[in-house]
Amino acid sequence: MIIVDAKGLSCPQPVIETKKALSSRPEEAAVIVDNIAARENVSRYANAMGYDIDVSFDNGQTRILLKRR
Amino acid sequence: MEKRNEKIRLAAAGAAIGLCAFALALLGNPANMGFCIACFVRDIAGSLRMHQASAVQYMRPEIIGLVLGAFIISLIRGEFKPRGGSSPMLRLILGFFVMIGALAFLGCPLRMVIRLAGGDLNALVGLAGFIAGIATGVLFLNKGYSLGKYYSQSSAEGVAMPAVQIVLLVILIAFPSLLAFSGKGPGSMHAAIAVSLAAGLAVGAAAQRTRMCMAGGIRDAMLFGDWTLFYGTAGIFLTILIANLISGKVSLGFSGQPVAHSDHIWNFLGMMLTGLASVMLGGCPMRQLILAGEGNTDSALTVVGMLLGASAAHNFNLAGIAGKGVPSAGRIAVLAGLAFCIALALVKIKEARR
Repeated sequence: MIIVDAKGLSCPQPVIETKKALSSRPEEAAVIVDNIAARENVSRYANAMGYDIDVSFDNGQTRILLKRR
Repeated sequence: MEKRNEKIRLAAAGAAIGLCAFALALLGNPANMGFCIACFVRDIAGSLRMHQASAVQYMRPEIIGLVLGAFIISLIRGEFKPRGGSSPMLRLILGFFVMIGALAFLGCPLRMVIRLAGGDLNALVGLAGFIAGIATGVLFLNKGYSLGKYYSQSSAEGVAMPAVQIVLLVILIAFPSLLAFSGKGPGSMHAAIAVSLAAGLAVGAAAQRTRMCMAGGIRDAMLFGDWTLFYGTAGIFLTILIANLISGKVSLGFSGQPVAHSDHIWNFLGMMLTGLASVMLGGCPMRQLILAGEGNTDSALTVVGMLLGASAAHNFNLAGIAGKGVPSAGRIAVLAGLAFCIALALVKIKEARR
């Protein structure tokens, strides 16, 4: 599975990294972020690209699991 | 569905911010300047005697409120997070040039929208430049431009900028003789302290909750075809436009506009610099103040850079002059700013490719 590590990145960069990762239309991908704006923006982008979102929190990090609809 | 809700929230926050700006202009702030980050940071620089332009000196409580509003709401929501270390010095310089561009044009992106809603067509020229600057920044982002990662910082570091705002507020209320205040000109026109502070707090809270950004809306539309953030900008514009139309305050044209000039090339290039530097920073001047309130010390240093830029703009005769235009030193400064941004982006893109 493609894992995008966007920790420490401010928007719009986490979304740009997500965009790159989704360009090959993978079945699944995970994006790790550590700020709320990034979580919201990555979720919104992935949703618009046709991915379902599952967010889990772990130790100050947020893992956004993306599954193609 | 969630996306639609977000758009409604942003449009509503934009409407609230627009109403605040309209009300502030009615209650004493200069015309088409109910709320302007660049103008108010410049007035604060003047009030702190960092420059001697006697017409633009006032400790604007709107700015203090903006940072504190974002600080308080982010604390309540558990979103206050001290962080920094993503190229602080480069951000300070970018903040400096954001201000040089904005003061050549005579307004930050927020005031550009407010001026547009008042019928000031010079702001349309500014908007064209702003969009050109954002497009250039988007090109850089797509090529890999980045200022690097931020890191966690101590609570004391994160609280420093909000604490400075409280100190400034105490000085304004208890020791005003320490500060300089304009006797005439835009700096002398202001709403009551409590009103300005309350408006700043409200706008700060609304902008923090919605991540409102004047540059971000256009940037996201270009980068991802996502218009969500732009709804905030549209909400501000439409609300002020409607309020201006109802109260007969729209005067469509280029000449005779309040605190504005018709030096078209430099209105365009000034806002181009502000748009480009804003995208390279990750947000417009208002967004930088909000992030500073949330504990982002990179943004706090950007705000310091803005303060220095405002001081330089008036100490070295770089700022646009209302009714006239941008002096030659200011034109050189705008070009230098654009050159700096492009050079920095090229270096960073090269770094990213290694």
